[in-house]
Amino acid sequence: MWELIRANKRNSIVLIVLMAVVLLLLGFVIGLGFFGSEGGFFGLIIASVIWLILTLVSFSSGDQIFLAASNAKAITHDDYPQLFNIVEEMKIAASLPAMPKVYIIPDSAPNAFATGRSPETASVAVTAGLLGRLNRDELQGVIAHEISHILHRDILFVTVAGIMLGSILLLSQVFLRGMFYSSMGSRRRFSGGGKGGGQAAIFMLIIAIIAAILAPIMAQLLYFALSRRREYLADAGGARLTRYPEGLASALEKIANDPSPQLASVNKVTAPMYIVNPFKKKGQMKLSDLTSTHPPISERVRILRSMSHGASFKDYSDAFTNVTKNKTVVPAMALTKEDIALRQASAEAKKKQRAEYQMRQVGDIMRSVNQFVFLTCLCGLKLKIPPNFKANKVQCPRCKRILDLPKK
Amino acid sequence: MTALIVVAVVLALFVAFVIGVYNTLIRLRNQVNNSWSQIDVQLKRRHDLIPNLVETAKGYMKHERGTFEEITKARSQAMGAKTVAEASKAEGALGEAMSKFLLVVENYPDLKANQNFLSLQEELTSTENKIAFSRQSYNDQVLFFNNKIQMFPSNIVANMFKFGKRDFFEIEIAAEREVPKVSF
Repeated sequence: MWELIRANKRNSIVLIVLMAVVLLLLGFVIGLGFFGSEGGFFGLIIASVIWLILTLVSFSSGDQIFLAASNAKAITHDDYPQLFNIVEEMKIAASLPAMPKVYIIPDSAPNAFATGRSPETASVAVTAGLLGRLNRDELQGVIAHEISHILHRDILFVTVAGIMLGSILLLSQVFLRGMFYSSMGSRRRFSGGGKGGGQAAIFMLIIAIIAAILAPIMAQLLYFALSRRREYLADAGGARLTRYPEGLASALEKIANDPSPQLASVNKVTAPMYIVNPFKKKGQMKLSDLTSTHPPISERVRILRSMSHGASFKDYSDAFTNVTKNKTVVPAMALTKEDIALRQASAEAKKKQRAEYQMRQVGDIMRSVNQFVFLTCLCGLKLKIPPNFKANKVQCPRCKRILDLPKK
Repeated sequence: MTALIVVAVVLALFVAFVIGVYNTLIRLRNQVNNSWSQIDVQLKRRHDLIPNLVETAKGYMKHERGTFEEITKARSQAMGAKTVAEASKAEGALGEAMSKFLLVVENYPDLKANQNFLSLQEELTSTENKIAFSRQSYNDQVLFFNNKIQMFPSNIVANMFKFGKRDFFEIEIAAEREVPKVSF
């Protein structure tokens, strides 16, 4: 466990340094391409300024920006006791130093993510669609996966690496667009720059263009490769926390087979944060293995289901090599022998779901979070009044009684 | 002269090693203590929930007096426990009584429909889970701490400062060890 966290931290630092080098090189080359031999330092400075600003912003309020962008609403224990309790259970199992803040995203696509700077200031967000579809054990599996991301320090990694990727994308976009427009205007600056330096300038320019096209692709592949690995590790961590891999497995299966439209408010940089890839695929080919942010769900489910001996990282690693025939993703340091027995399903999971009731309950929670007013008419009908309803009386649609709205 | 420098460097390295390991051990010991207090918090919470639950359920379950008496007795024994051994035994008995109670509840559809009871039941389920998970995390921490103390080279520092091994927290649950009886 602790070995894994240490290995993960080291990997994060390596990746972030690599990406910083790519970013600064890109800035340097673009500067050279644009302004000739003195421009290199200028480009370097611009690249570091962009990076510094984005890093400062992401450190001070990256999680808040991300939560606000996904339209997440903070909830307390009273809004949805079960979700809150499950997060607390997993917080205890992982012995996190503080209780993560809990958010609900009003979206019918089932998904979840964790964000934050450190385990002390973490947040967990789940969509309403997820709450409506999963039973207690499955929800616990999903939350355990998210808490593992917090425990493994993946949340900081995703924020920093994501911001870095964002700045590389931004820089190369600005450069390529700049090139495009300036080539439409005057070409003289590039073709006849100095005395006989024309050849070299054009050469530098071509290198800069190639770098501007290649750097974002390289950075993305690097980022995605590591985030795929981290998804497996968070699955392993989740199974270890709950001692019940089947909960997460059946949750992933339900999420994969869900027909709802894809999550609104998601982009290339934030996609790796979610428990399953929020982009719905359409007619993918084999190339997607390299560019996808998440491992295939069917494979994750099969790995979790073949953990029949125990719930330690060693057991997950064995199951992983059995299913994928690949080298294990778990760092060798974390493969110490641990005796961790699996547990049984809780009583509730065995019961049949009352899906419609559960869905309606989640809908009510979303409304109460969004300041809806609930009013029960004498005839028994429950009226749900939106916050922008201005009149102070309302007619019951069933029995035609006139009801007074409570004053705000 | 060079010999002196070599000795000084080796000594400095050793001191740095001792300080590093000592601090790690202290941090781990604090984590173990913290996990232990977590278990305590959750056990208290269970004791607080039970009177409410019994009060709500009593009206619906007139014929289950025996179950309630068992719970109340187990609770007061658990609350009065002085030593760790006593506590783990009494908490085991209380956990058993609670799970028996939750099974009996299945026969009372009216009670299961009661909103108040439903929310109490969720709290109780969650508290039972939290007890289990805090025990699990405590035992994980103890395992790690004990390994650190016994393994080379950290055992040198542990012996220097007399860090002692910690005990695992095992709850005695008779039902879990009983072989299920099959009768035809």
